[in-house]
Amino acid sequence: MFKTFPKGGIHPPENKITADKSVIVLPLPSTVTVPLNQHIGAPATPVVEKGSAVKTGQLIAQAKGFVSANIHSPVSGKVSKIEPVADSTGYKQMSIIIDAEGDEWVETTDRSATLVKEITMTREQIVERCRDCGLVGLGGATFPTHIKMTVPSGKKCDMLIINGVECEPYLTSDHRLMIEKGPEVLTGVTIIMKALGVTQAVIGIEANKPDAISTLAGLSKEFAGISVVALKVKYPQGGEKQLIKACTGREVPSGGLPLDVGVVVQNVGTAFAVYEAVQKNKPLIERVVTVTGKSVSRPGNFLVRIGTPVTTLIEAAGGIPDDTGKVVNGGPMMGKALALTDVPVTKGTSGIILFPEPESRREEMMPCIRCGKCSSACAMGLEPWLLSVLSERAMFEKAETEKITDCMECGACAYTCPAKRPLLDYIRLGKTTVIKMVRERITK
Amino acid sequence: MNNILNVSPSPHQQSSETTRKLMFGVVIALLPALAAAVYYFGTGAIIVTLTSVLACVATEFLIQKYVLKTKTSISDGSAVVTGLLLAFNVPSNLPLFIIVIGAVISIGVAKMTFGGLGNNPFNPALVGRVFLLISFPVQMTSWPVPSGFKTGYTDAVTGATPLGIISEGVKNGESITALMDKVPSHMQLFYGYMGGSMGEIAAAALILGGIFMIWKKIITWHIPVAVLASAALFTGILWMADPTKYADPLFHLLTGGMMLGAIFMATDYVTSPMTPKGMIIYGTGIGVITVLIRTWGAYPEGVSFAILIMNALVPLLNMYIKPRRFGKEVRNG
Repeated sequence: MFKTFPKGGIHPPENKITADKSVIVLPLPSTVTVPLNQHIGAPATPVVEKGSAVKTGQLIAQAKGFVSANIHSPVSGKVSKIEPVADSTGYKQMSIIIDAEGDEWVETTDRSATLVKEITMTREQIVERCRDCGLVGLGGATFPTHIKMTVPSGKKCDMLIINGVECEPYLTSDHRLMIEKGPEVLTGVTIIMKALGVTQAVIGIEANKPDAISTLAGLSKEFAGISVVALKVKYPQGGEKQLIKACTGREVPSGGLPLDVGVVVQNVGTAFAVYEAVQKNKPLIERVVTVTGKSVSRPGNFLVRIGTPVTTLIEAAGGIPDDTGKVVNGGPMMGKALALTDVPVTKGTSGIILFPEPESRREEMMPCIRCGKCSSACAMGLEPWLLSVLSERAMFEKAETEKITDCMECGACAYTCPAKRPLLDYIRLGKTTVIKMVRERITK
Repeated sequence: MNNILNVSPSPHQQSSETTRKLMFGVVIALLPALAAAVYYFGTGAIIVTLTSVLACVATEFLIQKYVLKTKTSISDGSAVVTGLLLAFNVPSNLPLFIIVIGAVISIGVAKMTFGGLGNNPFNPALVGRVFLLISFPVQMTSWPVPSGFKTGYTDAVTGATPLGIISEGVKNGESITALMDKVPSHMQLFYGYMGGSMGEIAAAALILGGIFMIWKKIITWHIPVAVLASAALFTGILWMADPTKYADPLFHLLTGGMMLGAIFMATDYVTSPMTPKGMIIYGTGIGVITVLIRTWGAYPEGVSFAILIMNALVPLLNMYIKPRRFGKEVRNG
């Protein structure tokens, strides 16, 4: 029996079309658009001007404040514009646009493929390097990595959990990374362990990736303190709290953080980026993105530079199929639908999914029949039907006592609803309002 | 690219389950019991079922089209299910006009006045059934004895139900042991060889339908098991205390509307609780109230009343019985 989290969860069709497609390096784009806010927190401040010549890996925007991240040039060339450009959210935000002229890297980066296992840096140096290299969580939340590597005083951390679950259907970028870059990922894990001062790390991988489990389990024998745990396939197991519960049995308290139970969670993609940053001094300027969909002619996993237009990426996968009705940035459960494909790949882009027209529309909404399937599906033990109705009727105080802020917006409720009710839409509305309400109360 | 992209918030996929498919699943689950009803009661069962389903669907359609002037929703299948269940809850020789009245009460009063599917506090088919029982006590309690197609719709020979025989006998001071010779054997009860409402008699067929619904995840085990287990426990205690006065638990489970109620009536989504814990309390309430009515009440059977009483408590159960919130009590030390 595989481990899993105890309550709720769903099993949507996996559709891992690209699971056995090796990562292909995408040719350099002719221009890149690099938004200044690709992470949670404050946008970075540009340190280059229009006309500046930049090298690949050169710092072009500096983190502003504590929760923020540096941004580096993904290509070498000339800054052509610094202006607001629509990103994947559809909103315009300040971006640096660079015309690529070749791929001349900064000298500090070691571009050789040799595996460097020995870790020479101290804890402080590791954290500093991750900050310098602009690392953010690559699972999708894009929280600056260096902050999660520092255990605040008064908190204790005794375990690192690495998220190799990739529970979203379709996506396979983490899966491929685990298979193709196993030693690098495990070295990255060891580096994070050192930074946190922990002696044990658990890599959680769902049982639908047996090759990744066996690869990493085999390799982990050479790395002290790292173990691999196979997890039952169940969405949303990649949710931080669910993953911790599945791997350790520990339960993060409502409103709390993993550190409250002595755990830090990082994504496998992040572990790989940590390896490259610490051992190779390589800033975060590229990532693996899955481009997939049932009608896509050449679906695959691509190593792309940040700032590459999604359109270019889709071209590499055979172009947009004629029947496309929706393009999603991220997974089908939590990703964002793109209004335009002419937006840049950012640090948080894990996949691009092209849905055929019939699948791109929601089905007709019917009345709630009180079947309770949403409550059974909710991994947080919430009652989505109730939260949805409370939000719909603007009963936000009640929604707060019913723990609406515990919702992680995984969408399992809306997925499972036989009446096709837009449960999560209403819950999001309620959650945002309640968070605003609570903030106002605190500042009063 | 030839088209404009659709944009909507996540999730971007939905399960293939729909209200219509769930209702259709219930209809399939009811088929074995319907077949048993036709086998035991012949033409009458077919006529009653068709009338009831047609009348229920027509009532919903007409109310939506001409009274509410809204889009009609008969294609969701819920009126068909109500129609089938209403038919299952009446004798197979019931005059047509009474069935139509039952359908109008079920759909018109118990369902549409509250806002249609999803909003009715009480099980529509049971409201219809109880209304008919009170309004037409003679017709509603003249039970044809199983004779297949040998008799027609209205000329069936009638007799008492096993529960009726026991209830009457106990009132006259007869002992259960003697009364048991007057009713069919437990095996006959299991297969449905007894007088009663057309769809409630064949326990075997109803259990088959129940297993199908649990397998297809249309219902969970909680409500049926809670109803049957609590009724068995309660009647078991009474039976062990005085087997000459009280019938055995198996007899109680196999007679009257116990199986139909536990598996199909009490599990109606709209009128049952939404958490497993709530379902168990609700089911236990139904089991206990049924036995109370059967043993000490004026009616020989009480499943309908028990379910309706517990229906009234469902909003309270939903309000106070909550799922365990993740991270509520921290037990990590």
